[in-house]
Amino acid sequence: MMSKVIKIRKGLNIPLIGEAEKILTTLPRSNVYSIKPADFHGLTPKMLINEGEKVKPGTPLFKDKYNEDVIFTSPVSGTFSGLIRGDKRKILEVQIKPEETDDYVDFGARDPLSLDRAEVVSKILQSGLWPVIRQRPYSVIAKTSDNPKSIFVAAFSSVPLGPDLDFIVNGQEATFQTGLNALSKLTNGKVHLSLHNENSISKAYTDAKNVEIHYFKGPHPAGNVGIQIHHIDPINKGDVVWYLDVQGVIMIGRLFEKGIYDARKIVALVGSEASNQRYFKLINGACVKSVIENNLKPNDSNDIRIISGDVLSGSIVSNDGFIGFYDQMISVIPEGNKPEFVGWITPQLNKFSISRTFFSFLTPWKKYRIDTNIRSGERPFVVTGQYEKVLPMDIYPVQLLKAILAGDIELMEKLGIYEVAPEDLALCEFVCSSKTEVQHIIREGLDLIKKEFE
Amino acid sequence: MKALEKLVNKVKPSFEKGGKFHKLHRTFEAFETFLFVQGRVTYTGSHIRDAIDMKRTMMFVIIALMPAMLFGMWNVGFQHYNAIGLFDASLIDRFLFGFFKVLPIIVVSYVSGLAVEFVFATLRDHEVNEGFLVSGMLIPLIVPVTTPLWMVALATIFAVIIGKEVFGGTGMNIVNPALLARAFLFFAYPAYMSGEVYTDTTLKAGQMLVDGFSGATPLSFGALAASGQLSLAELNSSLPSVMEMFIGYIPGVIGETSTLAILLGAIILVLTGIGSLRIMLSVVAGGLFMGGIFNLFAVNPFMEIPAYYHLMLGGFAFGAVFMATDPVTASQTGTGKYIYGFLIGVITILIRVVNPAYPEGMMLAILLMNVFAPLIDHYVVQANIKRRLKRMNTSTVKV
Repeated sequence: MMSKVIKIRKGLNIPLIGEAEKILTTLPRSNVYSIKPADFHGLTPKMLINEGEKVKPGTPLFKDKYNEDVIFTSPVSGTFSGLIRGDKRKILEVQIKPEETDDYVDFGARDPLSLDRAEVVSKILQSGLWPVIRQRPYSVIAKTSDNPKSIFVAAFSSVPLGPDLDFIVNGQEATFQTGLNALSKLTNGKVHLSLHNENSISKAYTDAKNVEIHYFKGPHPAGNVGIQIHHIDPINKGDVVWYLDVQGVIMIGRLFEKGIYDARKIVALVGSEASNQRYFKLINGACVKSVIENNLKPNDSNDIRIISGDVLSGSIVSNDGFIGFYDQMISVIPEGNKPEFVGWITPQLNKFSISRTFFSFLTPWKKYRIDTNIRSGERPFVVTGQYEKVLPMDIYPVQLLKAILAGDIELMEKLGIYEVAPEDLALCEFVCSSKTEVQHIIREGLDLIKKEFE
Repeated sequence: MKALEKLVNKVKPSFEKGGKFHKLHRTFEAFETFLFVQGRVTYTGSHIRDAIDMKRTMMFVIIALMPAMLFGMWNVGFQHYNAIGLFDASLIDRFLFGFFKVLPIIVVSYVSGLAVEFVFATLRDHEVNEGFLVSGMLIPLIVPVTTPLWMVALATIFAVIIGKEVFGGTGMNIVNPALLARAFLFFAYPAYMSGEVYTDTTLKAGQMLVDGFSGATPLSFGALAASGQLSLAELNSSLPSVMEMFIGYIPGVIGETSTLAILLGAIILVLTGIGSLRIMLSVVAGGLFMGGIFNLFAVNPFMEIPAYYHLMLGGFAFGAVFMATDPVTASQTGTGKYIYGFLIGVITILIRVVNPAYPEGMMLAILLMNVFAPLIDHYVVQANIKRRLKRMNTSTVKV
């Protein structure tokens, strides 16, 4: 039985080359694993362990200075080998040198449906899995003191070259359901599971219990949880909604089924500069090198960009960097650091644009190798109506951005700042002919509001 | 191209910090970015970007203006040779005559306007914005070919400084700079803009004007009719045929006579997604609506001409396609665009027909609505805010 399908009409699927084939390879263990505090926006880590100490999966490494009950634990057995610091001694990486095998900390297997809310919360906190639960507004780790009005799980991805979540959940259906059961204990409201009307066919999703199932159709950002919340249970001032990705739910499921923090996840390697686009099973915090090694097209390393996450909102990682805590894909695309003679007027069949000012609009079936060239300096807002075409929300994006730039908190609230996260407006940034840093501005606005009220 | 790239890279250091010409680095940068799309890469946010940029956007508006410009050049020659009685002049002769009359106006408009832009970019130390690329082409197309060049320069400089730079440059202005240039001329030198000297009548030795030549534009007949000086029959016999008006062999300012050429431009703008079809259509709807009302309650002969005539008279079509759609000065919200466009259409016809002192209602209507566009947007955005508040209230009730 299919409930009403929510049709997303505005948006854009960017036709990129390099989708992952549905082949799963289990990677050998990395030489180093690393937790990057920067993956958790607004986090100030406070270390709980000294260099050289032995750790197991589930051993506390650090906690959030301003949210002390949220702890971060080691994903593997091994030795805490030290910190990598950046400017002003900011902690960039907490590194673990792994042993051959994992000897898990035992948190005790329990059926979440037999526990009460406090027990579920404390088990997730203890294991270090709490950070997989994030909240809107602000798109940060959920606060344990909040009682969210609902919890959202997006069961399909619409980001460019995004992973197939049906493929990822394959074989872990029961664990996923256990995770959902645990989530159902965390809210008095509903747990909403968003499916794609055609592509989500896994029984794990279509037959999920203790959740309300919604079907979406339409282009990106239909798979963004922010868009789904807006259409199902929108956030008003004072509301808190929590959200997780599918693999976060599975990790919580494993915690309750086996009593362990099992940080294994599946990551897709995608993009035009990868040669073996497929899925890899690894332990969270693994080195990027283990994924891309032997899987890149022959290339000068200065000419490619490796992104942990998707090409719209992911973060740049170096060859020997580490996969981000929340990221389910590694995208490899060409750098666009070559000048191009009078490129602003030539017909250009190989350039993609949502406008029809490039002759490539004559070949809508084509896929592109898009590089990182920005093509112009930043300009004031000139063209109107561009953002609105790719933002399926009842929000005026330009007016909201202007309110943020003006620092007008009251106006930001009125225009819907609580409903958005940078990723929801990533396409606005992509299509912008003025090259406005939309995601950065949205993040600044969220930070400003958060600071004002906390 | 490699040689050119080398040359650019060779002279670059003297414009960089500490270089001899560092003060002019914004000028250098403007030329450099014109030659090459830079190898600049993204560093925050989205790693990939749509291939469009401001230069390309502006260039497509200029491409869309080409049919109107080329036709305008021909028509300048056509009107001239007709005025002196050489009805059998060839297409090339007519075009070349117009070409050599119009080209200096275009050059003067670009040189004076870009000079101001470069000065301000240097003073304020920002990149030279591409906005004037379009304004610089619009200004020549909305002045009569008889406008002295110094006047074009003066109006352009006035428009760029007062219309744009005082507000902070491209993207910050309230009114359309090109229309402001035209308004400046209209009010400062009304004798040149009244619609009676739009035909170039410079005579060479031995040439003379044909008997009974007036050169009056169709709109000026309309104005006469509106003030009761012409009867409907006289007006109808003075107006060109519908086909003449549509194709555009009528006297008028350089770029606005041919509805057909403007329509081609509109198709380019809409197809590429650069011009707002919403605004164009609602201007036309507003014009037809008001024209229709006047048809019903006609009290002077100008009110009786079929409403669709207005679309082909004067600057209506040109204004609807190229002026009203300027994204910076138009309404920015979707709903706002409908209201804004419709009111432009309505007010244009109102000014034309009711106030014969200003037969060109389009310019004034757009300038007026430019000023009101932020107010329209304000109410549209307020409605959005109210929807959000209402949602909050109902959700509180549920709990």
